Amino acid sequence: MNKEGYLNMDLLRFTTAGSVDDGKSTLIGRLLYDSKSIFEDQLEAVETASKKKGEEHVNLALLTDGLRAEREQGITIDVAYRYFATPKRKFIIADTPGHIQYTRNMVTGASSANLAIILVDARKGILEQTIRHSFIASLLQIPHIIYCINKMDLVEYSETVFEKIKKELEAFSAKLDVKDITFIPISALKGDNVVERSTTMNWYQGPTLMYLLENIHISGDHNLIDARFPVQYVIRPQSTEYHDFRGYAGRMASGVLKKGEEIMVLPSGFTSRIKSIYSSGTELEEAFAPMSVTITLEDEIDISRGDMVVRVNNQPEQTQEIDVMLCWFNEKPLVLNGKYALKHTTKEVRCIVKDILYKMDINTLSRNTENKSIGMNDIARVNLRTTAPLLADKYHRNRITGSLVLIDEATNETVAAGMII
Amino acid sequence: MNKYHLTHLKELEAESIYVLREVAAQFENPALLFSGGKDSIVCFHLAKKAFWPAKVPFPLVHVDTGHNFKETLEFRDELVKKNGVNLIVGSVQESIDSGKVTEEKGFNASRNALQTVTLLDTIEKYKFDACMGGARRDEEKARAKERFFSHRDEFGQWDPKNQRPELWNIFNGKKNIGEHFRVFPISNWTEMDVWQYILLEQIELPSLYFTHQRECFIRDGVIYAHENVIPLKPNEKPEIMQVRFRTIGDISCTGAVLSKANTLEEIVEEVAATRVTERGSRIDDKRSEAAMEDRKKQGYF
Repeated sequence: MNKEGYLNMDLLRFTTAGSVDDGKSTLIGRLLYDSKSIFEDQLEAVETASKKKGEEHVNLALLTDGLRAEREQGITIDVAYRYFATPKRKFIIADTPGHIQYTRNMVTGASSANLAIILVDARKGILEQTIRHSFIASLLQIPHIIYCINKMDLVEYSETVFEKIKKELEAFSAKLDVKDITFIPISALKGDNVVERSTTMNWYQGPTLMYLLENIHISGDHNLIDARFPVQYVIRPQSTEYHDFRGYAGRMASGVLKKGEEIMVLPSGFTSRIKSIYSSGTELEEAFAPMSVTITLEDEIDISRGDMVVRVNNQPEQTQEIDVMLCWFNEKPLVLNGKYALKHTTKEVRCIVKDILYKMDINTLSRNTENKSIGMNDIARVNLRTTAPLLADKYHRNRITGSLVLIDEATNETVAAGMII
Repeated sequence: MNKYHLTHLKELEAESIYVLREVAAQFENPALLFSGGKDSIVCFHLAKKAFWPAKVPFPLVHVDTGHNFKETLEFRDELVKKNGVNLIVGSVQESIDSGKVTEEKGFNASRNALQTVTLLDTIEKYKFDACMGGARRDEEKARAKERFFSHRDEFGQWDPKNQRPELWNIFNGKKNIGEHFRVFPISNWTEMDVWQYILLEQIELPSLYFTHQRECFIRDGVIYAHENVIPLKPNEKPEIMQVRFRTIGDISCTGAVLSKANTLEEIVEEVAATRVTERGSRIDDKRSEAAMEDRKKQGYF
């Protein structure tokens, strides 16, 4: 790869959810293997381990199942991250177990993904887990979903089967909130339409999975409209050379900020202009999501971590009363009227759970208003009241300023993820 | 590609800088574990960028096994001098001398595992509440499960089955007294990303990474540097070889590769063509299938 090549590569984060028997490991194994991202010693180790377990084929799942307990029990219990690159893109796979008891892992993997691959067994069509995976992808606002209709080799590569499943998925996904959906007939085992175009499905004219992964348009995935700069850290060098330097360090959550632009600092409401934008020693004309930069302002204003720099005429809501979709992660169930620590952007407050509106049945997408006990892996709509105002956007519009986590104040564990409605 | 677009290296850099700043903001007494290897050198480079024009607001901690290459130590001291940072050295030799650990015996003896005790002692002595390190998820399958912010109990242990979920870019560094965190700012980088970034930023490295002539010998298919910390077996004959190191650790557990790569460009090309992981030459991982997981549970970095 020449220097110009990798300097133009971009980064795609995607998630794959699925259970043991739907061919997910085979698919990931193939993507890694065919892009030459599995190394000889890794393959050797997996071969040895497969033999030791008396398995006939090389079990590529052993590549991703990194923990002793996972290998012993033959299950994936945690999100595993995998990496591969082609000359066009670097890919980060958040590989998550697909069973309902691992909803929390799916949600975790989905939170930072630009794209989700959802596998559908061509013999079985839409299953409960298809609905579950699709709902989570939509709930977490993953911009692109690729449905891979897998095991086409077991249905004689039939166009009729593919079209039937595709129609059903289209009808069902109309109810979801997803921007971009694609369908590809594949055989992960035989390699059809994964990296190489299938020779047995000439009726399919669309792209292969790898082509789509490499070319899908992702630069529009960031919100570039609403300028949001949560202040992370205040930089005061106290050196002779930079005696008066007071820089606000942070990562652009969304939007663009330009040098000279009039801004407002929240929650104080003071206004000023951007004096300079630095990416370490380099001065920039503008900063955009997801850059990490340091900005200085024309006026001396009292600003600290948790504050937010925005444009005067485009502000987030300041509120102490929010509705969120909550995914519960902990064995200890959600307590109505319970108090939790809440982290939102760079700000930390406390909150109380005022109301549980309904629990979501994620297999049928129905709302349960009768049973409102929220335990591990449950998803519910709740109402929270916070001790101090949050500078919040709706998750639908902004995945960074619209998201939060709840923390148990006794154990310090992260017990829930919330998406602001 | 539109104007508001980051390359993969710039996006990884932005993510790592964000993590480094979160550490400085969330913890009272953090430190950066510094081995003198390329990954910790990149972490330090990112830390300089994250806090510019201020100095890096935490010390470097080096756990010195006493079996380091002299090139590594020289590079470390030079970097400390040039950047005016604090360096704290935890000495495995001292842990041995004080009877806290017992040195392994035999031809394959290594001080790698002993480091854990010295590291935990150093953390306790200086009361560090967060130790950052250059571990990457692509290195090893147990590391593939690591969080950016990884909780350690009061004994410094990792509980991989009970990790905190990590979503979006919200990091939970809350803990009780006596507990600490390990933080891995370059979790999402691959070996290739690290080399490309070193080339892009022209980051200085120890000479060990570049081709040189060295007296080496081969044991179990691994090329070892011939130094007095590894006793030779009767049939082993050291000879001069043209080698470089892909990773730098202890002399006793770091294998060299035959290579003529003398520039960063040549190294990037070599890494792109290689078919073996960089930890393929790390003897410490080969002791068992779960060697890394077991060491990490004990508090290893």
